[in-house]
Amino acid sequence: MSELHLPWLEISIIAPIIGVLWLIRVRDPELAQRHSMFFSGVALACAVGAWLDFGTLHTFEAHDRWSFGWHTAHVEPFVIDELSAPLLPMAALLYFLTSVATLRTKVRRFSFGWMLLSEAILLATLSCRNPWGIITLLALGVVPPLWELHVRRRPVRVFALHMAVCLGMLALGWFMVARTAPGAHPPIWAIALLMVAVLIRSGIVPMHCWMTDLFEHATFGTALLFVTPMVGVYAAVRLLLPIAPDWALRSIALISLATAVYAAGMSLVQREARRFFCYLFLSHSSLVLVGLEIATPIGLTGALCLWISVGLALTGFGLTLRSIEARKGRLLLSEFHGLYEHTPALAAFFLITGLASIGFPGTIGFVGAELLIEGAVDVYPLVGLAVVLAGALNGIAVLQAYMRVFTGKRYFPSISLQSRGPERMAVLTLALLILGGGIFPQPGLTSRHHAADEIIKARRRGMGVAAPVAEQHAMRRFDHLPPSDTSADDHTPPLVPPLATAIDPRSP
Amino acid sequence: MNVDFLFSLCGAIVVAAPAALLLLLGGSALVGKPFLEKSVSRLTQAAVVFGLLSAIVVLALMLSTDRRLVTLTMGDWIVLPQQHFHFTFKFIFDRLSVPFVILSFVLCGTTSAFASKYLHREAGYGRFFVLFAVFLLGMIVTSLAGTIETLFAGWELVGLSSALLVGFFHERSAPVKNGLRVWTVYRVADAAFLVATVLMHHLTSGGDFVRLVGSGPWPEGVALLTSNQALFIGLLLLVAAAGKSALAPFSGWLPRAMEGPTPSSAIFYGALSVHLGAFLLLRVSPLLERSVLLCVAVVALGLTSAVFGAVAARVQSDVKSALAFASLTQVGIIVVEIGCGLRYIALIHIIGHACLRTLQLLRAPTLLLDYRTLENAIGGRLPGAPTVWEQTIPERWRRRLYRFALERGFFDVLLADYIVRPFTRVFQWCDAAERRWTDFLAGEQSRESDALELSGRVAEELR
Repeated sequence: MSELHLPWLEISIIAPIIGVLWLIRVRDPELAQRHSMFFSGVALACAVGAWLDFGTLHTFEAHDRWSFGWHTAHVEPFVIDELSAPLLPMAALLYFLTSVATLRTKVRRFSFGWMLLSEAILLATLSCRNPWGIITLLALGVVPPLWELHVRRRPVRVFALHMAVCLGMLALGWFMVARTAPGAHPPIWAIALLMVAVLIRSGIVPMHCWMTDLFEHATFGTALLFVTPMVGVYAAVRLLLPIAPDWALRSIALISLATAVYAAGMSLVQREARRFFCYLFLSHSSLVLVGLEIATPIGLTGALCLWISVGLALTGFGLTLRSIEARKGRLLLSEFHGLYEHTPALAAFFLITGLASIGFPGTIGFVGAELLIEGAVDVYPLVGLAVVLAGALNGIAVLQAYMRVFTGKRYFPSISLQSRGPERMAVLTLALLILGGGIFPQPGLTSRHHAADEIIKARRRGMGVAAPVAEQHAMRRFDHLPPSDTSADDHTPPLVPPLATAIDPRSP
Repeated sequence: MNVDFLFSLCGAIVVAAPAALLLLLGGSALVGKPFLEKSVSRLTQAAVVFGLLSAIVVLALMLSTDRRLVTLTMGDWIVLPQQHFHFTFKFIFDRLSVPFVILSFVLCGTTSAFASKYLHREAGYGRFFVLFAVFLLGMIVTSLAGTIETLFAGWELVGLSSALLVGFFHERSAPVKNGLRVWTVYRVADAAFLVATVLMHHLTSGGDFVRLVGSGPWPEGVALLTSNQALFIGLLLLVAAAGKSALAPFSGWLPRAMEGPTPSSAIFYGALSVHLGAFLLLRVSPLLERSVLLCVAVVALGLTSAVFGAVAARVQSDVKSALAFASLTQVGIIVVEIGCGLRYIALIHIIGHACLRTLQLLRAPTLLLDYRTLENAIGGRLPGAPTVWEQTIPERWRRRLYRFALERGFFDVLLADYIVRPFTRVFQWCDAAERRWTDFLAGEQSRESDALELSGRVAEELR
C-alpha cells in the first residue's frame, strides 16, 4: 500500500482530541469557541493535506507515513482511498464552519468540546475500513448527541432506542458475516440485519423518527453535524454494498426512493423550520442511497457526487437556518417572518444553498442529480421518474421556506440582525465551493467516477468470491464494463481491489 | 482576422456579456458591497449593448458569408469516456436563435432603461437588476443552446428569476404567494423537461440537438428518432413548454405573475418568457414531423389556450391581467402555427407580438392616467358600442361564459381541490401519525415545536 508523505490522517484525528482535552480547562465559552476553531482548523488543514497528498500518489489507497498504529501494533487503522479522500476534508470543513458560524447567543448552549470529540470520531470513521472498527466508531459517534440530550434534560428514548437497535443489528449482522466459511455466501439473515441497520442509521422511512426527534431536542448544530456527513451511507458502502446480493440492493433502492418522495412531501407541510430541514435532508440523503444501491457506474458516480453536494449544500442551508434561529428563536414556517431587509446576505445564501441541494444548474448539485436520474432510468425507468418527482417537490419546499422566512411582511426588530463577519465568511466559503463546483464539475466528477469504479470492482470481487453461480447472474449488469485488471482507462496499475480486501472477513 | 475567428469572438461576447453582468452584480451583492444605482444601470446598459452589437455582427457575417449555421463549442463540460457520457456546452447561431437573441437584447435593453427610472430609489433596485441579469443570461443561453442540457440550464435560470420577480414586492404576502405558485408550476413543467433530457441522453447517449432534430440547419433538420420516441419526448417537451408559456391548463399563474413590477411583467410575461415555450417547440420542431399525433396535440393545446385566453381577457378588471390573457391568446395561436408546420410565420409572430406587448405593458400605467384624464374631461365613462358577441350569444350563455372567464377557467380551483388539498391532507395525516408514534416511543410529548406560538399572520395555505 502506498504511503502519504506525512501522517495527515492521524494528526487530523488527534488534533480535535487534543482540543477536547485542552477545552476541559477552558471555562469561558467564547474562548472555548476560539480554541475549538483552532483545533478544528488544524484538523481541516490535515484533512485537506491528506486529500491533496493522496491525489499526487495516483493510487487507490494510501496510509500514513510513520503511522503510530503500524509502529506499535502492526495494524494500519486509518487508510485513505478514492471513496474517503474528498469526504475527509468535507467533514472537517463542516465542523470548522459550524464552529466559526456559531453566534454568541448560542455559544453557551453549544458544547465545543463535544463537537471536537465527534469530529475526531467522524474523521476516524471515514478513515477506517476495518468493519469492526467502523461499527465501533459508529457506536462511539452516538455518544456526543446522546450526552447532550441527557445534559439538557431532553427526551432521549426515541433516539437511544433507534441507535441501540441499529448498532445491535450491525454488530450481530457482521458477526454472522464474519463467521461465514470462505467461499460461502453470507446467510440471508446477516444481510437482512445489516440492511435494516443501515436503513435505520440513514433515517429511511419508517425508521426515520429518531432524526426528527434529534432535531427537535438537540441543539441545531449538534443535530446538523450528526446527520449531514451521512455516516449511514458510508456504512452502507463499506459494509453492505460489497456483499449484498442484488435483491437486497434493489430493496434498499426502492425503500430509499419511497423515503425520498415521502420526505419531500413531508417537508412541504412542516410548520417548523428544523423539522422542515430534517425532512429536506432526509429526502436528499435517501436519493444518495438510491444511487448507491442502483450500483451501476453512472448511478454510483451520481450518488457519490450527490453525497458531496448535499453534504456541502445542506450544511450551508442548515448553518444559515441556524444563524437565523440564533436571532429569532425557533422559526415557525406557518407564518411569514420578513427578514430579508435585515439579513439580505443570509437570504442570498439560503437561496443558493437550497438551490444547490436540489441540483439547480450552475451549482454543485446539478451534475450529481443528472447522473443519478440517468443511472436510475437505466435500471428502472419508473424509479427515474420518482427521483425527478422528489427533486421537484424539494424545489418547491426550498422556495416556500425561503419565502416564509425572508418575505411576506415588514419586520421591525429592536436590535440589528445583520450577519456577522465570521458567519458571512462561513457561508461565503460554502457558496464559493457550491458555485465553483457547479461551474467546474469535471475534477470532482472524475474523482467520484474512480471511486464508483472501485466500489463496483470491490462488489464484483466480493460477490465473485462469496456468491454462488446463481448470484453471478445477478451481476450481469456490470458485464459491459471492462475487466477490472485490464481496464485501459484505469489510471493506476492493477491492484487487489482494496474495498474487497477490507470487507472480506476471510482476508488476512 | 479570418471569419471563423470573428464568429467565435462575437459569439463568445454574446454569451459572456450577460454572464459578466451577473457575475458583477451578483458577486458584489453577495459580498455585501452592492454597486450604486447609477453604476448598476450603466453596467446593465453596457452588457446589453455589447451583447446586442455582437449578435448583430454575427447576423451580418452569416448573411454576408451565406452561412446558415454557426456552431460555437465550449468543449465538454463533463465527460465520462468509459460510460460514453458527456455534457457539452455548445451554442448555435441559426435562423431561429439569432433573431431570438437580438429580440432578447433589444427588449431587455428597453426594459432596463425603463426600470432604471421606474424603480429609482426603490429599496429593491439592486435586487431587481441582479434578477434581471439572471433572466438575461437565462434567455441568451436558452436561445443559443446547442444541446438540451444547455437549454435546460438557461430555462431554469429564466424560471427562477421569473418567480422571484413576481414576489419582488415581498413585504406583502400576496406577491410572495403568487411567486411561489409560479415556481410550483415551473417545477412541475421543468420536471417534464428533465425527464425528456434524461430520456434523450438515454436514447442518443448525448444531449446534442443534432441527434434529436438532425444535422441540417433550422428548420430543415430531420429527427433521427422513431415515431414513438418522438411522440414520447415531444409530449414531455410540450408539457414543459405549456408550463413556461402558461398554456392551458397551466394558465392560472399568468395573471398572478402581474404582481411583479411593471418592467418585469413586460419583459417576462408579455414579451420573452411567455414565448419560451413556443421557442422550445420551434427548436424541436423536426420532432413534430415524426409524429402526427404530436402535431395534433400541439395544435389542440394551442387552440384551447388561445380560445381560453381570448375569453378570459375580456372580463379582467385590471389592465395588466387583460394584457396577460391577450398575450396568452397570441401565444396559443403561435403554438397552433408551429403545430401546423408554419415555422417562419410563428417566428415572425413571436417577434412582432413580443415587441407590441412590451410597448403596451410599459405604456399601461400612463394609459390608465390618460383614460382618467379623458373621462374627467367628458364627465363620464368613455362610450362603448355593444360587441358582435353581445348581440349574437344568448344572455344565459353569456352569463355562463362570463363566470367561466371570471374564474379563469376554474383551473386554479380544480388544481387546489383535486391536487393540492388531497396532497396536503395526506401528508398532514402522516405527520400526525408520526407524532403519535414518537409520543408513544418517548412516553411523553415528543415535539417541542408544538409549543411554539405564532407571532403574526398565518400563511393562508396552512390555515
